[in-house]
Amino acid sequence: MTTVMLRHNKIDLALHLLRDTPLDPANPSRPLLLLHGLGDTSPAAVPHWAAAWPGTIAALDFTGHGASTVPSGGGYSAETLMADADHALAHLTDNDASRSITVLGRGLGAYIALQIAGARASQVHGAILTDGPGLAGGPTGPSSQSFFALDTDGTGPDPYALVELGRDLRPPDYAMSFVGLAMSGSPAESPITVASSFRPKWLAGVADAHGVIESSLDDALASYS
Amino acid sequence: MPTESTDESPGAGLDPHGESPFPGARRPDRHYDLPGHGVRLAVYEWGDAAAPPLMMMHGGFDFARTFDVFAPLLADAGWRVVCWDQRGHGNSEHAALYSWDGDMRDTLAVFDHVAGGRPIPVVGHSKGGALMAQLADAQPFRFRCLANMDGIPYKRNIPDVAEHERTTMLAKDLAGWLDSRRRTATASRKPGTLDELAKRRGRMNPRLPHEWLRRLVTTGGFESDDGWRWKIDPALRFGGFGPWRPEWTLMRLPGLPMPFLGILGAQLEEMGWGTPPHKVAPYMPLDGHCEVLDDVGHFVHIEQPERVAKLVLDFIGDPS
Repeated sequence: MTTVMLRHNKIDLALHLLRDTPLDPANPSRPLLLLHGLGDTSPAAVPHWAAAWPGTIAALDFTGHGASTVPSGGGYSAETLMADADHALAHLTDNDASRSITVLGRGLGAYIALQIAGARASQVHGAILTDGPGLAGGPTGPSSQSFFALDTDGTGPDPYALVELGRDLRPPDYAMSFVGLAMSGSPAESPITVASSFRPKWLAGVADAHGVIESSLDDALASYS
Repeated sequence: MPTESTDESPGAGLDPHGESPFPGARRPDRHYDLPGHGVRLAVYEWGDAAAPPLMMMHGGFDFARTFDVFAPLLADAGWRVVCWDQRGHGNSEHAALYSWDGDMRDTLAVFDHVAGGRPIPVVGHSKGGALMAQLADAQPFRFRCLANMDGIPYKRNIPDVAEHERTTMLAKDLAGWLDSRRRTATASRKPGTLDELAKRRGRMNPRLPHEWLRRLVTTGGFESDDGWRWKIDPALRFGGFGPWRPEWTLMRLPGLPMPFLGILGAQLEEMGWGTPPHKVAPYMPLDGHCEVLDDVGHFVHIEQPERVAKLVLDFIGDPS
């Protein structure tokens, strides 16, 4: 495994190349990007459930997690993590907008996979959303809120990440806007697959959307490979 | 070949502090850094250090020195007026991350420093008003009263835009934002002469006089070899998207238990929330009321500082 550090604003993001397959123009295969759950880190080796993937497999440590920078003072949002994933996308496609990847997200990473699939629809061939920490997220509307400071020591996972991303607003219609973007902007017929057992409100809406596939993880990986 | 001397010459027209003068504008009496909770915050105070404190929070893409005229009017009435630059704004630290939660936590650091657990009067403009309304809902014990200056968000309807066009607009917004995030590590604000920066800001603030905008450049910008630049973090971008809905702040207003004063400018502007005043009235708290200034834009305290200061002072009462 090799690790590449990608600069996102003031954060150094660790992108772990679990399997680095040189691009073969005669037999191109898309890279697979793994996005971990809330409070988790990237796997150190290719997970058994992804072993059949034919090409490059990379895993990104989000801001405040794993080997990526733990910033001072919090201020996390899912949208900033989407930009983390976009930096990995740019690296894995050599900044070539004609190339694409498949994204597999667990928990919080599933929500981010959905966002990047909508925001970079032409470059995300498939997004697989599956179970993991932080899948549910926070409230879907206005709620009573508490604000407080935490003791932090600069090591990950950042306590502010755990709190702020654990209660990140997840209105279903906001999630659905990314489904709409993916469906209208992706050249793939079915760019989103829901492979989770647990379906919080936002994900239940996604799974019910026209064009979204529901399948097992194995089948989802096979269909996008 | 000699060139004509213009007001672009270094230091031309500036006071001994290097600031562009403006009638009624006064530098803070004190300025210091506060560690905050992980982000260094620049704090400014006007008035007697021993006077009762009053907190004041600026709006997005502004900074504390935008109160250079308004704050002294409150200080001269006997208050210790405390303002700070939000993270990434003015002289505060450029943070790695920005969010509503982050701003809220920075606000708590200033509250704790200034007032401990005692309730004090609070004034907020624009985003600062919306933040304070949410904090007043979450931690009412910190507020003796709350004056909100054109900081009541309201849902904006765009009825003439078809759904597929909304999708296209969102796609462009997202791609534009992600593209900018790819550049933030090396980005810097665009340089220009003092007057060029003032004119640029004037496009967003068409109702404010050029001399005031020049002062903003000299208090919220810095001069380097290739010209003036705004101090605000280039990673920050105007506008945006996300799951938060402006009307959610409005829904919190009726429950606020402290006296509340809303001051709305009826002339809608790009940097404002676009809130129609008549939409706010039904959401006033039991102890609240709203003043609508028909001939004033979003920057109520800059356009009519004396009138707005009187409204605020009458509302908060004596500093004793």
